[in-house]
Amino acid sequence: MPATAPTIWVRRHSLVVRITHWINVVCLTVLLMSGLQIFNATPALYWGQASDFAHPLLSLHAVEAPNGTAAGVTEILGLRIPTSGVLGLSNVEGHPTERGFPAWATLPGPQWLAMGRRWHFFFAWLFVANGLVYLLHGLLTEHFSRDLLPDGPQLRHIGTTFREHLRLHFPKGDEARHYNVLQKLAYLAVILILLPVMVLAGLAMSPGLDSALPLVSLFDGRQSARTVHFIIAFLLLGFVVVHVAMVVLSGLWNNLRSMITGRYRIDPVEGPDA
Amino acid sequence: MLDRRGFLRRASAALTTLLLGGCDRLSASPTVQNLLSNAEDVNRWLQRQLIGGHAMAREYSDADLSPQFRANGSTDPDDPTYRRFAAKGFVDWRLEVDGLVDRPARLSLAELRQWPARTQITRHDCVEGWSCIGKWTGVKLADVLRHVGLRPGARYVVFHCADSLEGSPDRYYESIDMVDAAHPQTILAYAMNDQPLPIAHGAPLRLRVERQLGYKMAKYIMRIEVVDDLSQIGGGRGGYWEDRGYEWYAGI
Repeated sequence: MPATAPTIWVRRHSLVVRITHWINVVCLTVLLMSGLQIFNATPALYWGQASDFAHPLLSLHAVEAPNGTAAGVTEILGLRIPTSGVLGLSNVEGHPTERGFPAWATLPGPQWLAMGRRWHFFFAWLFVANGLVYLLHGLLTEHFSRDLLPDGPQLRHIGTTFREHLRLHFPKGDEARHYNVLQKLAYLAVILILLPVMVLAGLAMSPGLDSALPLVSLFDGRQSARTVHFIIAFLLLGFVVVHVAMVVLSGLWNNLRSMITGRYRIDPVEGPDA
Repeated sequence: MLDRRGFLRRASAALTTLLLGGCDRLSASPTVQNLLSNAEDVNRWLQRQLIGGHAMAREYSDADLSPQFRANGSTDPDDPTYRRFAAKGFVDWRLEVDGLVDRPARLSLAELRQWPARTQITRHDCVEGWSCIGKWTGVKLADVLRHVGLRPGARYVVFHCADSLEGSPDRYYESIDMVDAAHPQTILAYAMNDQPLPIAHGAPLRLRVERQLGYKMAKYIMRIEVVDDLSQIGGGRGGYWEDRGYEWYAGI
């Protein structure tokens, strides 16, 4: 009988990380959905200071089809894609209605810009406060330098890790105690690039702050800032989709438990090395 | 298997409906609305600390002017009095200035055109998300207020307009406080892009409050009233859109 190491339990996430993580889940959900509500008030994106109405980068709208009915289209960089039912035209209380994103994706569901803004600004502040607590904690406890900063060997083996990841081979034993290099880079990119740029692009859209801070120039114009804000929203959504997929594939309950109670199970490595 | 899939699909549809319905119910609750609107107070306080009364809105050059400046809200008021003024090129129109002032006044367009003028090329940011750049010429609101003299207790300047929206019986109105009223870029514009202000953009006179969103910049101004309190005017929240849930401080 081969000798197998016993199952080990480790404390994966600190209390502050767990609490700020779940507050963040709520904040980002509300911010995305209320953001789409706000976007729907002008479901088009432009580049530069002002809106060049004749040349949007992206536009979600309805057109009249040859048979007289309305059809939803998404125009992106001049390319016209039929998106009836979801983008440009979707059902609101059973009636086909011209609107950017459908009611199930926006907060509130019906077109209600004033309420969308209230949700957005309240949760934006909550998100910023929560993010500052997380950043301070990460710096003071050295969570970032210890757990998120990839080391030399990890970076050198990024190709191997990538191939292992694609085959859905997840680390076991001692290796499972740490994030792998892809996780570290993804988390750092979200924490240090996407989220801060998101906040700055949001603030750049404020005509009040524009009189005191050079944020608009940073983005090459107010409409560009709005476009960047929109693109990052979907990059973050993409991150969340991959993140949740990985959580499910690499052990849903173990991962969930570690983000709720902190406890993470590390299975022994099987085989002769054990 | 099919049954289980059907059940899962129905369950997730029901859950989605419940969650979304829940959010919409929350949106309709006055308690939630008031809780969420606390963010407006934070925004106003913080922006006032940062930009105060003096920071100037960005100004642009002629080359930046939008070829097509979107006219939003009312574009052609149907109020009979307004139409009579418009038919004669606003020569009979008078700007009434009253309320908490020492010398109430009635000012004609010709008179205002003789006052020192300010011209500024600025970006107009609509709450809907779009922006246009236009050139505005007019008199400083501060000059008008100096002309009539503010009485003690004067806190807000209210703009009463000729238009109404969406078939509503309520006239458009707006208000700003003395910080914005005294700002050098806060002007009553009678010209746009070197032409007399078009009706679609608020002729004969519209407000420019460059550090806030477009809905603050009342068009078709008939009367300016200085008050100490907004609760007795319109729906009591300081403006047509404010009465319909939008922020009074529209700096973001």
